[in-house]
Amino acid sequence: MSVTLDMSQTPLREVNTTLQAAAKAHSNEPHVIVNARGSHAMAVGLDGPLHVTVKGSTGYYCAGMNKEATVTVEGSAGPGVAENMMSGVVTIEGDASQYAGATGHGGLLNIKGNASSRCGISMKGIDIVVHGNIGHMSAFMAQKGNLVVLGDAGDALGDSLYEARLFVRGTVKSLGADCIEKEMRPEHIDLLRDLLERAGADAKPEEFKRYGSARKLYNFNIDHAGEY
Amino acid sequence: MEKTPQTMPRQSWTFSNETNAEIRRAAATGIYDIRGGGAKRRVPHFDDLLFLGASMSRYPLEGYRERCETSVTLGTRFAKKPIELKIPITIAGMSFGSLSANAKEALGRGATMAGTSTTTGDGGMTEEERGHSEKLVYQYLPSRYGMNPDDIRRADAIEVVVGQGAKPGGGGMLLGQKITQRVADMRSLPVGIDQRSACRHPDWTGPDDLEIKILELREITGWEKPIYVKIGGARPYYDTALAVKAGADVVVLDGMQGGTAATQDVFIEHVGQPTLACIRPAVQALQDLGMHREVQLVVSGGIRTGADVAKALALGADAVSIGTAALIALGDNDPKWESEYQKLGTTTGAYDDWHEGRDPAGITTQDPELMKRLDPEMAGRRLRNYLNVLTLECQTLARACGHNHVHNLEPEDLCALTMEAAAMAQVPLAGTNWYPGKPGF
Repeated sequence: MSVTLDMSQTPLREVNTTLQAAAKAHSNEPHVIVNARGSHAMAVGLDGPLHVTVKGSTGYYCAGMNKEATVTVEGSAGPGVAENMMSGVVTIEGDASQYAGATGHGGLLNIKGNASSRCGISMKGIDIVVHGNIGHMSAFMAQKGNLVVLGDAGDALGDSLYEARLFVRGTVKSLGADCIEKEMRPEHIDLLRDLLERAGADAKPEEFKRYGSARKLYNFNIDHAGEY
Repeated sequence: MEKTPQTMPRQSWTFSNETNAEIRRAAATGIYDIRGGGAKRRVPHFDDLLFLGASMSRYPLEGYRERCETSVTLGTRFAKKPIELKIPITIAGMSFGSLSANAKEALGRGATMAGTSTTTGDGGMTEEERGHSEKLVYQYLPSRYGMNPDDIRRADAIEVVVGQGAKPGGGGMLLGQKITQRVADMRSLPVGIDQRSACRHPDWTGPDDLEIKILELREITGWEKPIYVKIGGARPYYDTALAVKAGADVVVLDGMQGGTAATQDVFIEHVGQPTLACIRPAVQALQDLGMHREVQLVVSGGIRTGADVAKALALGADAVSIGTAALIALGDNDPKWESEYQKLGTTTGAYDDWHEGRDPAGITTQDPELMKRLDPEMAGRRLRNYLNVLTLECQTLARACGHNHVHNLEPEDLCALTMEAAAMAQVPLAGTNWYPGKPGF
């Protein structure tokens, strides 16, 4: 049995209250949101291992700040999907708008289509797999975690990067300040294989290049001011 | 033979000794000056206003017998659980990382004893702070360091930080010497690196987006907690109006005297408006929207005395917030550390290299030995005392103006000593019934 929540008839507050209570109670019943129609802030703040499916596309911040929950969007996602997620899995069957996975601390964000600009901005431990392409300024100031892109990356990838790892199979239009290509060592191949498998991605880890921080901007040096 | 009279050596006003020293420092190092604190330049301030007091047209309240209320409720617009404070003075957001854990604990202790709230800062919420703060406001900052939904849920209010008075439009920098293992772990960063705090939020741009972000925060917290929006003193009329439009319960307005843990001196001294200049435009925006007193206004930046508190309230604020003054109450820049300040090339009252982590008072440091110098219980009591004095002073002035609640103070209770203050506060120049810009003259 599953629980259906119809956004055309049920206020957002009631939808989220229902989902949050079910997550907290570790409900085994899958929950399905229908007639999503681009609503904002759906399925946010879930604190438990609940399965939620959203039929249709979502507005801003779908699945934001969740822990342990599994959310699948059978459509595309608006800006800030899965922002600051802590754990669990969020899957987007379509494309994702700007700031996907922004500041995420953990869990897996699996985007089957493309992701727009600033994907993984300021990420802090989340794993993001994008099956298509990503836009400019992705992984800006990314601190921790892994961003995997099966397609191409736009301008200024990994600008002002900290310790996040970036894996791109296609082309990179340009790298941002302090982001460089790095050696793909066996441990990275293993890590990537696992991520691709978890995301159900049809790709081999050996096809990717790895990018990371040159760590030249870690401590301010006036001679590097022009890099910023 | 009589000596020819000489011209007296004359220092340049433009190229003062202080200016020349900065030129030499810049030439030697090739880097701008970074420091903590707020604007040090003289700007029109609350000192330029006076209360008129009671007279033939108003009668005062008896100071020792008649009550003068000080309570304030913040977050009455949408939040199911607004914050009730006994006094209209809160503790401003200051980060763990910038401040020691003992300092954060002391702020929580002092605020709680005085019946008010304290506020987290960049870097997340610490147990010391949550455990000792009966009412804690959780800052939602561009960096999102340490941001997590559990802390949001155990906060009493959420403050979305758009800007701060010391650096409207600027981010921050916590230098590597203060990034200890604990600070690094909370911020998901390597130990010892310079940690940058972004100048704008990573997942929204502009007031239309902010409205949706606030919706998300309310949905995560069940619409229980007040949402504050903190703005720097840049364009107070429009920024306040847009914060209200975005759904804020409370607007926190920080003028240029408001402090920071660390940023460029040129930013602190040359960007933003004085606190005094910001209040009336912000109040006007609230009045124009029919939201004055429904959306509360908290003013910060250079609040030092009960007179400052009373004047800010008289101009239309619902409460004030203190940061630098709270640190001084804890023991920052105390003369007892003078010999150590001198070793650092500075002196009591002027120490502002908070970013270097070598604070002799043990407040703006992560050095375990220096931190021990601050006893959080004693420092908390000092802060409690100071907050009590501010409150008593504010009540004294309100009673003298005939008010039984500090919120009944009004612009008509004030006059200005200077043309600038009269124009900014929109209260008459002393001895006149006129202020610059007043219609009809």
